[in-house]
Amino acid sequence: MLSFDFMRHALVAGTFISIICGMMGVFVIARGMSFLTHTLAEIGFAGAAFGLFIGWPALNGMLLFTVLSSAMVGQLGVRSARRENVISAVSALFLGLGILFIALSDKSATSATSILFGSVIGISLSEVWQVVILSIVVAVVTLLMYRQLKFDSFDSVGARVNGINGAIISIVFLIMLALSVSVAAQIVGSLLIFILLTLPAASARYFVHSVSSMIALSIGFAVAGTWLGITLGYLTNWPTSFFIATIEVIFYLIGLIWYKRS
Amino acid sequence: MSHLTASYGPVNIIKDLSFKLAQGEFLSIIGENGVGKTTLVRSLLGILKPRAGKIDFADNSIAHNIGYVPQSRNLDEEYPITVRDFVSLNLRDSKLPWLSPNEKAKVTSILKQTDLMKIANRPLGQASGGEKQRAYLAQALLNSPKLLILDESTASLDVEMKQELLKLVVKFQKENQTSVIFITHDLPLARRYSDSYLLMTKQQEYTTGPINRLVISESEKV
Repeated sequence: MLSFDFMRHALVAGTFISIICGMMGVFVIARGMSFLTHTLAEIGFAGAAFGLFIGWPALNGMLLFTVLSSAMVGQLGVRSARRENVISAVSALFLGLGILFIALSDKSATSATSILFGSVIGISLSEVWQVVILSIVVAVVTLLMYRQLKFDSFDSVGARVNGINGAIISIVFLIMLALSVSVAAQIVGSLLIFILLTLPAASARYFVHSVSSMIALSIGFAVAGTWLGITLGYLTNWPTSFFIATIEVIFYLIGLIWYKRS
Repeated sequence: MSHLTASYGPVNIIKDLSFKLAQGEFLSIIGENGVGKTTLVRSLLGILKPRAGKIDFADNSIAHNIGYVPQSRNLDEEYPITVRDFVSLNLRDSKLPWLSPNEKAKVTSILKQTDLMKIANRPLGQASGGEKQRAYLAQALLNSPKLLILDESTASLDVEMKQELLKLVVKFQKENQTSVIFITHDLPLARRYSDSYLLMTKQQEYTTGPINRLVISESEKV
Protein backbone atom coordinates (compact mmCIF):
# COMPACT_ATOMS: atom_id res chain seq x y z
CA MET A 1 0.00 0.00 0.00
CA LEU A 2 2.83 2.38 0.92
CA SER A 3 4.56 1.80 -2.41
CA PHE A 4 2.04 4.11 -4.05
CA ASP A 5 2.79 7.84 -4.00
CA PHE A 6 -0.89 8.75 -3.61
CA MET A 7 -1.18 6.59 -0.48
CA ARG A 8 1.93 8.10 1.10
CA HIS A 9 0.62 11.59 0.32
CA ALA A 10 -2.77 10.70 1.79
CA LEU A 11 -1.25 9.35 5.00
CA VAL A 12 1.14 12.30 5.52
CA ALA A 13 -1.55 14.92 4.82
CA GLY A 14 -4.08 12.94 6.86
CA THR A 15 -1.76 12.78 9.86
CA PHE A 16 -1.08 16.52 9.92
CA ILE A 17 -4.76 17.36 9.41
CA SER A 18 -5.78 14.98 12.20
CA ILE A 19 -3.27 16.47 14.62
CA ILE A 20 -4.54 20.00 13.97
CA CYS A 21 -8.20 19.00 14.09
CA GLY A 22 -7.73 16.96 17.26
CA MET A 23 -6.06 19.92 18.98
CA MET A 24 -8.44 22.64 17.73
CA GLY A 25 -11.48 20.43 18.39
CA VAL A 26 -10.91 20.56 22.17
CA PHE A 27 -11.26 24.36 22.05
CA VAL A 28 -14.15 24.22 19.54
CA ILE A 29 -16.14 22.05 21.97
CA ALA A 30 -15.15 24.11 25.05
CA ARG A 31 -16.19 27.35 23.31
CA GLY A 32 -19.47 25.85 22.06
CA MET A 33 -18.55 26.43 18.43
CA SER A 34 -19.58 23.16 16.78
CA PHE A 35 -22.33 24.92 14.83
CA LEU A 36 -19.95 27.64 13.69
CA THR A 37 -17.46 24.99 12.53
CA HIS A 38 -20.16 23.47 10.36
CA THR A 39 -20.90 26.90 8.89
CA LEU A 40 -17.22 27.54 8.18
CA ALA A 41 -17.19 24.26 6.28
CA GLU A 42 -20.12 25.45 4.14
CA ILE A 43 -18.31 28.71 3.57
CA GLY A 44 -15.29 26.61 2.58
CA PHE A 45 -17.45 24.84 0.01
CA ALA A 46 -18.40 28.21 -1.52
CA GLY A 47 -14.73 29.23 -1.49
CA ALA A 48 -13.63 26.04 -3.21
CA ALA A 49 -16.37 26.47 -5.82
CA PHE A 50 -15.21 30.06 -6.32
CA GLY A 51 -11.65 28.72 -6.76
CA LEU A 52 -12.86 26.33 -9.46
CA PHE A 53 -14.76 29.14 -11.13
CA ILE A 54 -11.74 31.43 -11.44
CA GLY A 55 -9.24 28.62 -11.99
CA TRP A 56 -7.56 28.49 -8.53
CA PRO A 57 -6.82 25.34 -6.52
CA ALA A 58 -9.83 24.56 -4.30
CA LEU A 59 -7.77 24.98 -1.10
CA ASN A 60 -6.85 28.58 -1.96
CA GLY A 61 -10.49 29.51 -2.58
CA MET A 62 -11.44 27.88 0.71
CA LEU A 63 -8.74 29.72 2.63
CA LEU A 64 -9.82 33.07 1.20
CA PHE A 65 -13.49 32.60 2.04
CA THR A 66 -13.14 30.96 5.46
CA VAL A 67 -10.53 33.37 6.80
CA LEU A 68 -12.48 36.46 5.64
CA SER A 69 -15.79 35.17 6.93
CA SER A 70 -14.38 34.06 10.30
CA ALA A 71 -13.05 37.56 10.86
CA MET A 72 -16.52 38.89 9.90
CA VAL A 73 -18.36 36.51 12.25
CA GLY A 74 -15.91 37.53 15.00
CA GLN A 75 -16.78 41.16 14.46
CA LEU A 76 -20.51 40.42 14.40
CA GLY A 77 -20.41 39.21 17.98
CA VAL A 78 -19.49 35.59 18.36
CA ARG A 79 -20.53 35.46 21.98
CA SER A 80 -23.75 37.36 21.65
CA ALA A 81 -27.26 35.96 21.86
CA ARG A 82 -27.82 36.54 18.17
CA ARG A 83 -24.84 34.39 17.22
CA GLU A 84 -26.82 31.43 15.88
CA ASN A 85 -29.05 33.63 13.72
CA VAL A 86 -26.02 35.49 12.33
CA ILE A 87 -24.32 32.18 11.58
CA SER A 88 -27.47 30.77 9.90
CA ALA A 89 -27.71 33.83 7.67
CA VAL A 90 -24.02 33.70 6.73
CA SER A 91 -24.28 29.96 6.13
CA ALA A 92 -27.32 30.31 3.82
CA LEU A 93 -25.63 33.04 1.80
CA PHE A 94 -22.42 31.07 1.29
CA LEU A 95 -24.12 27.76 0.42
CA GLY A 96 -26.11 29.66 -2.21
CA LEU A 97 -22.91 31.22 -3.55
CA GLY A 98 -21.23 27.80 -3.66
CA ILE A 99 -24.04 26.40 -5.81
CA LEU A 100 -23.85 29.46 -8.06
CA PHE A 101 -20.06 29.18 -8.58
CA ILE A 102 -20.32 25.45 -9.36
CA ALA A 103 -23.06 26.18 -11.90
CA LEU A 104 -21.11 29.05 -13.48
CA SER A 105 -17.84 27.14 -13.75
CA ASP A 106 -17.64 24.61 -16.55
CA LYS A 107 -16.31 21.88 -14.26
CA SER A 108 -18.18 18.59 -13.95
CA ALA A 109 -20.22 17.47 -10.98
CA THR A 110 -17.20 15.39 -9.89
CA SER A 111 -15.47 18.58 -8.74
CA ALA A 112 -18.42 19.49 -6.54
CA THR A 113 -18.53 15.97 -5.13
CA SER A 114 -14.84 16.01 -4.22
CA ILE A 115 -15.24 19.38 -2.47
CA LEU A 116 -18.27 18.18 -0.54
CA PHE A 117 -17.04 14.70 0.34
CA GLY A 118 -13.24 14.96 0.21
CA SER A 119 -10.64 13.33 -2.00
CA VAL A 120 -7.59 12.59 0.10
CA ILE A 121 -6.50 9.77 -2.22
CA GLY A 122 -6.04 12.24 -5.07
CA ILE A 123 -3.90 14.75 -3.12
CA SER A 124 -0.71 15.88 -4.92
CA LEU A 125 2.75 16.43 -3.43
CA SER A 126 2.45 20.23 -3.64
CA GLU A 127 -0.91 20.03 -1.84
CA VAL A 128 0.67 17.87 0.84
CA TRP A 129 3.28 20.58 1.41
CA GLN A 130 0.56 23.22 1.61
CA VAL A 131 -1.31 21.14 4.21
CA VAL A 132 1.89 20.56 6.21
CA ILE A 133 2.85 24.27 6.24
CA LEU A 134 -0.66 25.42 7.16
CA SER A 135 -0.84 22.81 9.91
CA ILE A 136 2.46 24.03 11.35
CA VAL A 137 1.21 27.64 11.29
CA VAL A 138 -1.98 26.67 13.16
CA ALA A 139 -0.04 24.59 15.69
CA VAL A 140 2.54 27.30 16.38
CA VAL A 141 -0.02 30.12 16.76
CA THR A 142 -2.20 27.96 19.01
CA LEU A 143 0.77 26.99 21.19
CA LEU A 144 1.87 30.63 21.44
CA MET A 145 -1.51 31.67 22.85
CA TYR A 146 -2.16 28.33 24.55
CA ARG A 147 -2.52 29.52 28.16
CA GLN A 148 -4.76 32.46 27.30
CA LEU A 149 -6.83 30.41 24.87
CA LYS A 150 -7.21 27.67 27.48
CA PHE A 151 -8.30 30.17 30.16
CA ASP A 152 -10.75 31.95 27.84
CA SER A 153 -12.19 28.69 26.46
CA PHE A 154 -12.67 26.87 29.76
CA ASP A 155 -13.46 29.81 32.06
CA SER A 156 -14.37 32.95 30.13
CA VAL A 157 -15.58 34.71 33.32
CA GLY A 158 -12.26 34.13 35.09
CA ALA A 159 -10.28 35.08 31.98
CA ARG A 160 -12.10 38.39 31.60
CA VAL A 161 -11.60 39.50 35.20
CA ASN A 162 -7.96 38.51 35.00
CA GLY A 163 -7.32 40.90 32.15
CA ILE A 164 -7.32 38.51 29.19
CA ASN A 165 -8.58 40.18 26.03
CA GLY A 166 -11.29 37.72 24.97
CA ALA A 167 -12.08 39.61 21.74
CA ILE A 168 -8.53 39.24 20.38
CA ILE A 169 -8.32 35.59 21.47
CA SER A 170 -11.67 34.95 19.75
CA ILE A 171 -10.67 36.47 16.44
CA VAL A 172 -7.24 34.78 16.30
CA PHE A 173 -8.88 31.47 17.25
CA LEU A 174 -11.52 31.87 14.53
CA ILE A 175 -8.85 32.51 11.92
CA MET A 176 -6.93 29.42 13.06
CA LEU A 177 -10.21 27.49 12.93
CA ALA A 178 -10.80 28.74 9.38
CA LEU A 179 -7.34 27.45 8.38
CA SER A 180 -8.07 24.09 10.04
CA VAL A 181 -11.43 23.78 8.30
CA SER A 182 -9.82 24.48 4.94
CA VAL A 183 -7.10 21.88 5.36
CA ALA A 184 -9.43 19.28 6.89
CA ALA A 185 -11.81 19.62 3.95
CA GLN A 186 -9.06 18.06 1.82
CA ILE A 187 -9.66 14.75 3.56
CA VAL A 188 -13.26 14.48 4.65
CA GLY A 189 -14.82 17.15 2.44
CA SER A 190 -16.67 20.22 3.59
CA LEU A 191 -19.91 18.38 4.37
CA LEU A 192 -18.25 16.07 6.89
CA ILE A 193 -15.71 18.48 8.37
CA PHE A 194 -17.09 18.30 11.89
CA ILE A 195 -16.19 14.59 11.96
CA LEU A 196 -12.56 15.53 12.58
CA LEU A 197 -13.05 18.92 14.20
CA THR A 198 -15.61 18.00 16.85
CA LEU A 199 -16.09 14.24 17.31
CA PRO A 200 -12.56 13.24 18.49
CA ALA A 201 -12.55 16.09 21.03
CA ALA A 202 -16.12 15.35 22.15
CA SER A 203 -15.13 11.70 22.68
CA ALA A 204 -11.90 12.57 24.53
CA ARG A 205 -13.66 14.61 27.20
CA TYR A 206 -15.53 11.50 28.32
CA PHE A 207 -12.28 9.68 29.12
CA VAL A 208 -9.82 12.27 30.47
CA HIS A 209 -10.17 15.46 32.48
CA SER A 210 -7.25 17.78 31.93
CA VAL A 211 -6.94 20.04 28.90
CA SER A 212 -3.56 18.64 27.86
CA SER A 213 -4.70 15.01 28.08
CA MET A 214 -7.91 15.87 26.23
CA ILE A 215 -5.82 17.34 23.41
CA ALA A 216 -3.54 14.27 23.34
CA LEU A 217 -6.43 11.79 23.29
CA SER A 218 -8.42 13.83 20.78
CA ILE A 219 -5.40 13.85 18.45
CA GLY A 220 -5.07 10.10 19.01
CA PHE A 221 -8.72 9.49 18.03
CA ALA A 222 -8.42 11.74 14.96
CA VAL A 223 -5.16 10.14 13.75
CA ALA A 224 -6.42 6.58 14.39
CA GLY A 225 -9.68 7.29 12.52
CA THR A 226 -7.86 8.85 9.57
CA TRP A 227 -5.23 6.10 9.25
CA LEU A 228 -7.81 3.32 9.56
CA GLY A 229 -10.18 5.15 7.22
CA ILE A 230 -7.52 5.61 4.52
CA THR A 231 -6.41 1.98 4.85
CA LEU A 232 -9.95 0.60 4.69
CA GLY A 233 -10.73 2.91 1.77
CA TYR A 234 -7.69 1.52 -0.07
CA LEU A 235 -8.65 -2.10 0.68
CA THR A 236 -12.35 -1.84 -0.19
CA ASN A 237 -12.41 1.00 -2.71
CA TRP A 238 -15.22 2.57 -0.65
CA PRO A 239 -15.07 6.29 0.24
CA THR A 240 -12.46 7.17 2.90
CA SER A 241 -14.83 9.74 4.46
CA PHE A 242 -17.39 7.02 5.16
CA PHE A 243 -14.87 4.98 7.14
CA ILE A 244 -13.47 7.98 9.04
CA ALA A 245 -16.99 9.11 9.95
CA THR A 246 -18.01 5.64 11.13
CA ILE A 247 -14.83 5.12 13.19
CA GLU A 248 -15.12 8.51 14.90
CA VAL A 249 -18.80 7.89 15.70
CA ILE A 250 -17.82 4.51 17.21
CA PHE A 251 -15.18 6.27 19.41
CA TYR A 252 -17.84 8.76 20.47
CA LEU A 253 -20.41 6.08 21.34
CA ILE A 254 -17.83 4.13 23.35
CA GLY A 255 -17.00 7.36 25.20
CA LEU A 256 -20.65 8.09 25.90
CA ILE A 257 -21.27 4.56 27.24
CA TRP A 258 -18.06 4.76 29.34
CA TYR A 259 -19.16 8.10 30.80
CA LYS A 260 -22.71 6.91 31.60
CA ARG A 261 -21.38 3.79 33.34
CA SER A 262 -18.76 5.61 35.40
CA MET B 1 -10.99 55.76 46.10
CA SER B 2 -11.89 59.41 45.91
CA HIS B 3 -15.03 61.06 44.47
CA LEU B 4 -15.72 58.19 42.07
CA THR B 5 -18.55 58.66 39.59
CA ALA B 6 -19.23 55.74 37.28
CA SER B 7 -21.90 55.38 34.65
CA TYR B 8 -23.35 53.33 31.85
CA GLY B 9 -24.36 55.74 29.09
CA PRO B 10 -25.88 58.96 30.45
CA VAL B 11 -26.96 57.45 33.80
CA ASN B 12 -24.63 57.80 36.78
CA ILE B 13 -24.84 54.53 38.68
CA ILE B 14 -22.34 55.68 41.33
CA LYS B 15 -22.03 59.35 42.23
CA ASP B 16 -19.20 60.87 44.23
CA LEU B 17 -18.16 57.79 46.21
CA SER B 18 -15.07 57.97 48.44
CA PHE B 19 -13.68 55.34 50.78
CA LYS B 20 -10.35 53.94 51.96
CA LEU B 21 -9.27 50.36 52.32
CA ALA B 22 -6.17 49.59 54.39
CA GLN B 23 -3.82 46.69 53.73
CA GLY B 24 -5.19 43.56 55.37
CA GLU B 25 -8.62 45.12 56.00
CA PHE B 26 -11.86 43.18 55.43
CA LEU B 27 -14.55 45.52 54.06
CA SER B 28 -18.14 44.45 53.44
CA ILE B 29 -20.11 46.34 50.82
CA ILE B 30 -23.79 46.25 51.58
CA GLY B 31 -26.72 47.53 49.58
CA GLU B 32 -29.85 46.58 47.66
CA ASN B 33 -29.74 45.37 44.08
CA GLY B 34 -29.19 48.26 41.70
CA VAL B 35 -27.21 50.56 44.02
CA GLY B 36 -24.03 50.10 41.98
CA LYS B 37 -22.13 47.33 43.76
CA THR B 38 -21.28 45.50 40.54
CA THR B 39 -20.40 48.80 38.86
CA LEU B 40 -17.99 49.50 41.71
CA VAL B 41 -16.37 46.07 41.24
CA ARG B 42 -16.06 46.62 37.48
CA SER B 43 -14.37 49.97 38.19
CA LEU B 44 -11.96 48.37 40.66
CA LEU B 45 -11.10 45.61 38.18
CA GLY B 46 -10.40 48.25 35.52
CA ILE B 47 -13.16 46.91 33.22
CA LEU B 48 -15.17 50.15 33.52
CA LYS B 49 -13.49 53.57 33.35
CA PRO B 50 -14.74 56.05 35.95
CA ARG B 51 -16.50 59.15 34.59
CA ALA B 52 -14.95 61.21 37.36
CA GLY B 53 -12.78 60.68 40.42
CA LYS B 54 -10.03 58.13 40.78
CA ILE B 55 -9.00 54.87 42.31
CA ASP B 56 -5.55 55.04 43.90
CA PHE B 57 -3.71 51.85 44.74
CA ALA B 58 -0.81 52.11 47.21
CA ASP B 59 1.22 50.12 44.74
CA ASN B 60 0.47 49.79 41.01
CA SER B 61 1.13 46.05 41.11
CA ILE B 62 -2.01 45.65 43.26
CA ALA B 63 -4.22 46.83 40.39
CA HIS B 64 -2.79 44.20 38.08
CA ASN B 65 -3.20 41.36 40.54
CA ILE B 66 -6.70 41.45 42.00
CA GLY B 67 -8.35 38.17 42.97
CA TYR B 68 -12.02 38.05 42.05
CA VAL B 69 -14.61 35.44 42.98
CA PRO B 70 -17.97 35.85 41.21
CA GLN B 71 -21.31 34.61 42.51
CA SER B 72 -21.44 31.78 40.02
CA ARG B 73 -20.06 30.69 36.68
CA ASN B 74 -22.82 28.47 35.22
CA LEU B 75 -20.58 25.42 34.92
CA ASP B 76 -22.86 22.44 34.29
CA GLU B 77 -22.31 18.89 35.54
CA GLU B 78 -20.60 17.91 32.27
CA TYR B 79 -17.93 20.60 32.72
CA PRO B 80 -14.99 18.33 31.97
CA ILE B 81 -11.76 19.61 33.52
CA THR B 82 -10.51 18.72 36.98
CA VAL B 83 -10.47 21.04 39.96
CA ARG B 84 -6.65 21.16 39.70
CA ASP B 85 -6.75 22.07 36.00
CA PHE B 86 -9.43 24.70 36.60
CA VAL B 87 -7.39 26.38 39.34
CA SER B 88 -4.23 26.30 37.22
CA LEU B 89 -5.97 28.20 34.37
CA ASN B 90 -4.93 31.38 36.19
CA LEU B 91 -1.18 30.66 35.88
CA ARG B 92 -0.10 33.48 33.62
CA ASP B 93 3.57 34.16 34.37
CA SER B 94 4.95 31.87 31.68
CA LYS B 95 4.06 31.52 28.00
CA LEU B 96 5.05 27.84 27.86
CA PRO B 97 2.18 25.42 27.18
CA TRP B 98 3.24 23.11 30.00
CA LEU B 99 3.50 23.86 33.73
CA SER B 100 6.88 24.15 35.43
CA PRO B 101 7.56 22.25 38.70
CA ASN B 102 7.27 25.60 40.54
CA GLU B 103 3.88 26.27 39.02
CA LYS B 104 2.67 22.78 39.89
CA ALA B 105 3.82 23.32 43.49
CA LYS B 106 2.00 26.65 43.59
CA VAL B 107 -1.25 24.98 42.51
CA THR B 108 -0.83 22.18 45.05
CA SER B 109 -0.17 24.70 47.80
CA ILE B 110 -3.35 26.69 47.09
CA LEU B 111 -5.40 23.47 46.77
CA LYS B 112 -4.17 22.50 50.24
CA GLN B 113 -4.98 25.92 51.67
CA THR B 114 -8.53 25.73 50.32
CA ASP B 115 -9.10 22.08 51.40
CA LEU B 116 -9.45 20.86 47.82
CA MET B 117 -6.71 18.22 47.70
CA LYS B 118 -9.16 15.33 48.10
CA ILE B 119 -11.13 16.30 45.01
CA ALA B 120 -8.25 17.86 43.03
CA ASN B 121 -8.43 15.24 40.28
CA ARG B 122 -12.21 15.10 40.05
CA PRO B 123 -14.02 16.99 37.23
CA LEU B 124 -15.21 20.34 38.58
CA GLY B 125 -18.66 19.75 37.04
CA GLN B 126 -19.20 16.92 39.53
CA ALA B 127 -18.22 18.99 42.59
CA SER B 128 -20.82 20.33 45.06
CA GLY B 129 -21.80 24.01 45.19
CA GLY B 130 -19.46 24.65 48.13
CA GLU B 131 -16.55 22.83 46.48
CA LYS B 132 -17.05 24.77 43.26
CA GLN B 133 -17.01 28.05 45.19
CA ARG B 134 -13.79 26.96 46.94
CA ALA B 135 -12.28 26.16 43.53
CA TYR B 136 -13.20 29.67 42.31
CA LEU B 137 -11.60 31.06 45.47
CA ALA B 138 -8.46 28.93 44.94
CA GLN B 139 -8.14 30.18 41.36
CA ALA B 140 -8.52 33.79 42.54
CA LEU B 141 -5.90 33.33 45.28
CA LEU B 142 -3.40 31.50 43.07
CA ASN B 143 -1.25 34.55 42.32
CA SER B 144 -1.32 35.78 45.95
CA PRO B 145 -3.36 38.92 45.25
CA LYS B 146 -3.08 41.86 47.62
CA LEU B 147 -6.77 42.60 47.04
CA LEU B 148 -9.49 39.93 46.95
CA ILE B 149 -13.04 40.76 45.82
CA LEU B 150 -15.86 38.38 46.71
CA ASP B 151 -18.87 39.38 44.59
CA GLU B 152 -21.84 37.82 46.41
CA SER B 153 -19.79 34.65 46.29
CA THR B 154 -21.63 33.05 49.20
CA ALA B 155 -25.15 33.83 47.96
CA SER B 156 -25.85 30.38 46.54
CA LEU B 157 -24.45 28.46 49.53
CA ASP B 158 -26.11 27.12 52.68
CA VAL B 159 -25.20 28.61 56.06
CA GLU B 160 -22.54 26.04 56.89
CA MET B 161 -20.78 26.37 53.54
CA LYS B 162 -20.86 30.17 53.76
CA GLN B 163 -19.07 30.01 57.12
CA GLU B 164 -16.58 27.48 55.78
CA LEU B 165 -15.73 29.65 52.76
CA LEU B 166 -15.35 32.83 54.79
CA LYS B 167 -13.16 31.11 57.38
CA LEU B 168 -10.79 30.15 54.54
CA VAL B 169 -10.83 33.72 53.26
CA VAL B 170 -10.08 35.17 56.69
CA LYS B 171 -7.26 32.68 57.23
CA PHE B 172 -5.68 33.68 53.92
CA GLN B 173 -6.29 37.37 54.68
CA LYS B 174 -4.51 37.17 58.04
CA GLU B 175 -1.59 35.09 56.74
CA ASN B 176 -0.93 37.24 53.68
CA GLN B 177 -2.15 40.67 54.80
CA THR B 178 -4.61 40.61 51.90
CA SER B 179 -7.31 43.27 51.74
CA VAL B 180 -10.78 41.83 51.16
CA ILE B 181 -13.88 43.42 49.64
CA PHE B 182 -16.93 41.29 50.36
CA ILE B 183 -20.11 42.23 48.52
CA THR B 184 -23.09 40.74 50.29
CA HIS B 185 -26.73 40.95 51.31
CA ASP B 186 -26.01 38.80 54.34
CA LEU B 187 -25.71 41.17 57.30
CA PRO B 188 -24.96 38.55 60.01
CA LEU B 189 -22.10 37.22 57.86
CA ALA B 190 -20.77 40.73 57.25
CA ARG B 191 -20.89 41.54 60.96
CA ARG B 192 -19.10 38.32 61.88
CA TYR B 193 -16.16 38.51 59.47
CA SER B 194 -15.63 42.15 58.45
CA ASP B 195 -13.55 44.90 59.97
CA SER B 196 -15.51 47.69 58.26
CA TYR B 197 -18.49 48.35 56.01
CA LEU B 198 -19.58 50.50 53.10
CA LEU B 199 -23.35 50.94 52.87
CA MET B 200 -24.66 52.01 49.46
CA THR B 201 -28.23 53.25 48.96
CA LYS B 202 -30.46 53.94 45.95
CA GLN B 203 -30.34 57.63 46.85
CA GLN B 204 -26.59 57.44 46.12
CA GLU B 205 -25.74 58.07 49.75
CA TYR B 206 -22.73 56.19 51.03
CA THR B 207 -21.76 55.57 54.65
CA THR B 208 -18.68 53.79 55.85
CA GLY B 209 -17.11 52.90 59.20
CA PRO B 210 -16.10 50.06 61.53
CA ILE B 211 -18.50 47.10 61.25
CA ASN B 212 -19.53 47.37 64.92
CA ARG B 213 -21.03 50.77 64.16
CA LEU B 214 -23.22 49.46 61.32
CA VAL B 215 -26.82 50.26 62.07
CA ILE B 216 -29.47 49.20 59.60
CA SER B 217 -33.00 50.38 60.24
CA GLU B 218 -36.09 48.47 59.02
CA SER B 219 -36.36 50.75 56.00
CA GLU B 220 -32.73 50.20 55.01
CA LYS B 221 -32.95 46.42 55.05
CA VAL B 222 -30.90 44.81 52.32
